[in-house]
Amino acid sequence: MARAVSTRRKMFITLFAWGIGFLIFFPILWTFITSFKTEAEAIASPPSFLFFDWTLENYDAVQERSNYFRHFWNSVVISLGSTLLGLAIAIPAAWSMAFVPSRATRNILMWMLSTKMLPAVGVLIPIYLIFRDLGLLDTRFGLVVVLTLINLPIIVWMLFTYFREIPGEILEAARMDGAELRSEILYVLVPMAVPGIASTLLLNVILAWNEAFWTLNLTAANSAPLTAFIASYSSPEGLFYAKLSAASTMAIAPILILGWFSQKQLVRGLTFGAVK
Amino acid sequence: MLTPAVVLLLGWMIIPLSMTVYFSFLRYNLLMPGQEQFIGFLNYKYFLTDPAFFAALQNTLILVGGVLVITVGGGTLLALLLDQPFFGQGIVRILVIAPFFVMPTVSALVWKNMFMNPVNGLFAWIAKLFGAQPIDFFAEIPLLSVIIIVAWQWLPFATLILLTALQSLDSDQLEASEIDGAPPLSRFRHIIVPHLARAMTVVILIQTIFLLSVFAEILVTTNGGPGYATTNITYLVYAQSLLQFDVGGGSAGGIVAVILANIVAIFLMRMIGKNLDV
Repeated sequence: MARAVSTRRKMFITLFAWGIGFLIFFPILWTFITSFKTEAEAIASPPSFLFFDWTLENYDAVQERSNYFRHFWNSVVISLGSTLLGLAIAIPAAWSMAFVPSRATRNILMWMLSTKMLPAVGVLIPIYLIFRDLGLLDTRFGLVVVLTLINLPIIVWMLFTYFREIPGEILEAARMDGAELRSEILYVLVPMAVPGIASTLLLNVILAWNEAFWTLNLTAANSAPLTAFIASYSSPEGLFYAKLSAASTMAIAPILILGWFSQKQLVRGLTFGAVK
Repeated sequence: MLTPAVVLLLGWMIIPLSMTVYFSFLRYNLLMPGQEQFIGFLNYKYFLTDPAFFAALQNTLILVGGVLVITVGGGTLLALLLDQPFFGQGIVRILVIAPFFVMPTVSALVWKNMFMNPVNGLFAWIAKLFGAQPIDFFAEIPLLSVIIIVAWQWLPFATLILLTALQSLDSDQLEASEIDGAPPLSRFRHIIVPHLARAMTVVILIQTIFLLSVFAEILVTTNGGPGYATTNITYLVYAQSLLQFDVGGGSAGGIVAVILANIVAIFLMRMIGKNLDV
């Protein structure tokens, strides 16, 4: 809104908004600060906010307590793996629905969305038993499969909304020039669709990274990603605030940074185009 | 082209779901393998008449309702604030959105230990500063504590969606009303609220879908307790099937959860369908 606003009013709103923003962000900031304290300092009363001996010992301790980087790697493999697999399945589907819509397209899209509304507990037991019988419990492969399937509707929808914005005439021109279907996708569609695909990838990695129903129920020590690893801190032995903070900081930092780049995609991806 | 996606999703939906339906009619306990037996609707009868079910249903409704009130109310105010011109808008927006990207287990444990702990938590210290008795959050107000944590996680989502909707508001209309001398409050009521109504509905419906399945926050903070004080339907089904190994009863509960979610989903699907120009 390009309207003149008095400087005093603007200053006041600035102060107020920064205050609120700081309050909402504070738990994350506090976790970050606490990760550099000693355990004794972390529970000291009154708490120290900035003036204490900053130490990196917790970051070492977390790795020693259990193999932190194994769980970190599990998170990377599971979130990236399920997203890439999902994209491979969803790109052809979204492409055909966006450019060759049929009477069924609308119904298929809505039906796909409805699978996303299925609560996970409704299928927890069968999935658990199938996984047990196939030896997929506590494997990264098993989790990649499940996360691919639960996020597939979001991937298809997001890609669909992006693909629809690509003008169809360009594809027709390519077809007239004798491009085959495969090269039509590879050389014409993909370059134009890369921004949309990248946004979809970004949002999906975030969702998969933070998924905490299936990861908690289907993994144990072996393939546990960070969500499940952090949950093991819920049974504390002795002093552990600083270590919890260090483990948490490392678990959320990468996705926080990715997340800040994905604000717009978040709205599009999670409202299925219902809010623009 | 469509086939792989459709077949996979169809399989994902139909195979496990029909298995759940099938199990829900069996006496089936993992501790007594080979003794499965068809028992009709008995599991449903037990599940729906269990006092734990009523506690869980009530907790689910309070949890969803409480978080919705906080996030939609707070989100509207925050969106209005962030829509004003001020210095460092982008940075404040980043700060406000951040909690959405924190994984549920981290936010639950950080809040439980570093803020809500009655001895070492920051809230206890603040209470003592004012000479008050610190609250033992998870003993005295367990469900409210879970609501606070979950609301913190979802406030950014509501804010972001409502802010996006607010920014698509035609500023000419606002200016015209201002020139016509409409006071701020009636401008809010007659222009902004109707414009936001649609986005609010979307926020409410989408959040409800996710909030019906809150799980990790309960698992790492209270394990559903004390008693059943923080057990929601999702957690009850989990406990029945994977802690008590009662596959039949758990499956019946799972189907009940599916039906509850479907009631919300129907409304959400209609909203989205209206906006889909295919």
